[in-house]
Amino acid sequence: MIDPNARPPAPPEQLAVSWRDAPGIWGFLTTVDHKRIAARYIFTVVALMFLAGMLALDMRLQLAAPDMERMTPQLYNESFSLHGSTMLFLVSVPVMEAMGIWLVPLMLGQRALAFPRLAAFSYWLYLGGVMMLWVPHALGVTPDLGWFEYPPLSGPAYSPGHRADIWAQMITFTEVAALAASVNVVATVLKMRPPGMTLARIPIFVWAMFIASLMTIFALPAVMLVTSMLIADRMVSTQFFAAAAGGDPVLFQHLFWWFGHPEVYIIFVPAAGFVSAIVEVFSRRTLFGHVAVVLSMLAIAALAFGLWVHHMFAVGLPRLGNDFYTAASMAVALPAGVQIFCWIGTLFTGRPRFDTPLLWVVAFIVTFVIGGLSGVMAASAPLDQQLTDTYFIVAHFHYVLIGGAMFPLFGAFAYWYPKATGRMMSEFWGKLSFWLIVGGFNLGFFPMHILGLEGMPRRIYTYSEGMGWGPLNMVATIGSAIAVAGGLLFVANAFWSFYRGKLAGSDPWGGSTLEWAVPSPPPQHNFDHMPVVDSLTPLWTQKDGLAVMTGLAVDRREVLVTSVVEAEPEYRQKSPKPSIAPFFAAIAVTILFVGSIYTPWALVWGSVPVGIALTVWFWPQRERAHTGPLRVRSR
Amino acid sequence: MSDAVPTRAIGDLAHLPESAMGPRHLVWWGNIGFMAIEGTVFALAMGCYLYLMSQTPGWPPAGIRPPDLFWPAILTTGLLLSEIPNLWVRRKAVAKDEKGVRIGTLAMTILGLLLLIPRGFAFAHLNVTWHDNAYGSLVWMLMILHTSHLVTDIGDTAVQSLWLYTHEVGDDQFADVEDNANYWTFVVFSWLPVGALIYLAPRLA
Repeated sequence: MIDPNARPPAPPEQLAVSWRDAPGIWGFLTTVDHKRIAARYIFTVVALMFLAGMLALDMRLQLAAPDMERMTPQLYNESFSLHGSTMLFLVSVPVMEAMGIWLVPLMLGQRALAFPRLAAFSYWLYLGGVMMLWVPHALGVTPDLGWFEYPPLSGPAYSPGHRADIWAQMITFTEVAALAASVNVVATVLKMRPPGMTLARIPIFVWAMFIASLMTIFALPAVMLVTSMLIADRMVSTQFFAAAAGGDPVLFQHLFWWFGHPEVYIIFVPAAGFVSAIVEVFSRRTLFGHVAVVLSMLAIAALAFGLWVHHMFAVGLPRLGNDFYTAASMAVALPAGVQIFCWIGTLFTGRPRFDTPLLWVVAFIVTFVIGGLSGVMAASAPLDQQLTDTYFIVAHFHYVLIGGAMFPLFGAFAYWYPKATGRMMSEFWGKLSFWLIVGGFNLGFFPMHILGLEGMPRRIYTYSEGMGWGPLNMVATIGSAIAVAGGLLFVANAFWSFYRGKLAGSDPWGGSTLEWAVPSPPPQHNFDHMPVVDSLTPLWTQKDGLAVMTGLAVDRREVLVTSVVEAEPEYRQKSPKPSIAPFFAAIAVTILFVGSIYTPWALVWGSVPVGIALTVWFWPQRERAHTGPLRVRSR
Repeated sequence: MSDAVPTRAIGDLAHLPESAMGPRHLVWWGNIGFMAIEGTVFALAMGCYLYLMSQTPGWPPAGIRPPDLFWPAILTTGLLLSEIPNLWVRRKAVAKDEKGVRIGTLAMTILGLLLLIPRGFAFAHLNVTWHDNAYGSLVWMLMILHTSHLVTDIGDTAVQSLWLYTHEVGDDQFADVEDNANYWTFVVFSWLPVGALIYLAPRLA
């Protein structure tokens, strides 16, 4: 019988050795540590946000006054295409995956993800997608048809060359990466929860990542399929979107938005997870309406697949269809509203502490409500006929994407930064950057609602003075510049604090979930022993020390696998060691993907190196056979 | 080096087994995840077919014969019959029968390769090319999608068989054989709706 109050033995040095990466470049290329992989995802995302932000500022300068000639129409087309494609495909979804890759194992008290090598592969492939878009841009070949490249404009007749192919194949890269990450998160959440963490005790951010990952699994295949069909139309003369040969360009739009609309929630649901975590800890009480928030997320996930057609009201679909999708689009406001009330209820009944992370949450609630309301307006098919392709829509989606996802992300960044680095970010510079970004953002984007109502179309490189749009555009440009300055300050604060910030300790905010039980930054093996949880907020309820279970191996990489519903311990699973195979597999897949925009035969010869790389990856290392016809016969 | 908060040991995990089979096994869930992704691709591709079919007067378009039935009938029968040895291998994997999984995966590799023969002929008897019209593009897309799954799983089974014959088989590899057999079942049963669409829809439309 085990004494319930026994201190577990200190784990030997061997545990750290078992989980340690090789030093230097080899360790960099072979690591399967979820924290390192997430960190490189986030560094890449920050670099891309800078580049795409600069593009945005460039476009705002062009639009600041009427009849500007500093950008040509072609350069403007390339700029908004690159900006939108980068922000949607290379920033928003990947950064949420990255936060999940970093946080989910820590919140589950685990030493690794379910499939560590798959996480490494996911990053390398994502990097391939980044290069697919930005290397050709550096060489002067840039997609120029917006972030959704509708045929027939993107088809073989109107877009010769490889601009459209580059865009389409960049998507294949990033979507395979996101799917790999999602399967990983789903398996981890289902099978690797700590003992005691029944479904009812899953932290809300983990729920959010789980739901977003399921949505990814069912949404992203659509965009991979449709961009592959587009490439086929362009390269081998299939006729999917060619009206003259029985195809239909509207099919492209259906498939694109089958992905595109859920994608908004694939970005938003993890953000709702950040908000819930931050609201709980900074209100110093358990989240009000935990079950309601989880059910709302599930409801949003289900509804998200039923309203893609609201992106296509202007196409001329049957009336009844439009009515249905109007109703479905408005219905999604209900679960979103339930969440907002739960967060406000938590803040109202708690003892809120307005540090930077919570400030971001407050800004999120205000901005997201505005974006949600303009969304309810645009959900109405007749109104949408007027508003579509105007700056009203530009304002709406920036309010929901920046306000609804990026503000919570910045809050999450400030909240978990001390855990990741061991140091606090400066509150002063944090608050200053907060006010600059939130103020600049609203100054920059609110006038666009009015510009849209006044009829200013999106995607125009300039406008004449007689339209009367000049003053509001100038305001929008000034606002954007202020927000960009705030963004630069935010990043500068992160870099400065990394070297000069106050030491954080393991739990600077009085956190409720398991990641705060490990040192900051966490060691490579995360937890010395497997935690056992008894509530949603184990660090708040286990006052006499965190309950743990001993017995996981220390001389090799091993994780605990538990049952799906009750999280009962089932068995101990070997966790894979670092390997170069994911890196080589990603290179092989890159050769196949890049090759296949030039020749269909790349799908055949390109699959050979992929097969070899995957075989090396999965080849189990065990003793040679002593039995059977291929046994080792003599030495 | 230790956790940052005080801890107390309330149990020990050392007695737990080091492997599992079926839904208890972590990798089983990863396999399900990829089946969900690929199943979604099949469903969406079939949706494309039905969508364009609903937009087009006459299916297949005038002057085109529906694809011939002889080779796909052989293939479909073969795929369904392959489930017998496939489920046998799966049972051998669950029973951790080393000899059984070696022979079984080898047999499934050979069977898979044989099934590629009717599949190859079926391509030659589609009676349309991918660039003739959208109908042809859809038929070829569905065929290539399914064939790529078939080839992938045959390749996987071949590599697995080679490994099993040359190594001492451990518990994790028995679980791998089980997962691979499940995947074959997915490939077989995903063919039924896909094949029905390719071969029956033009006849019933």
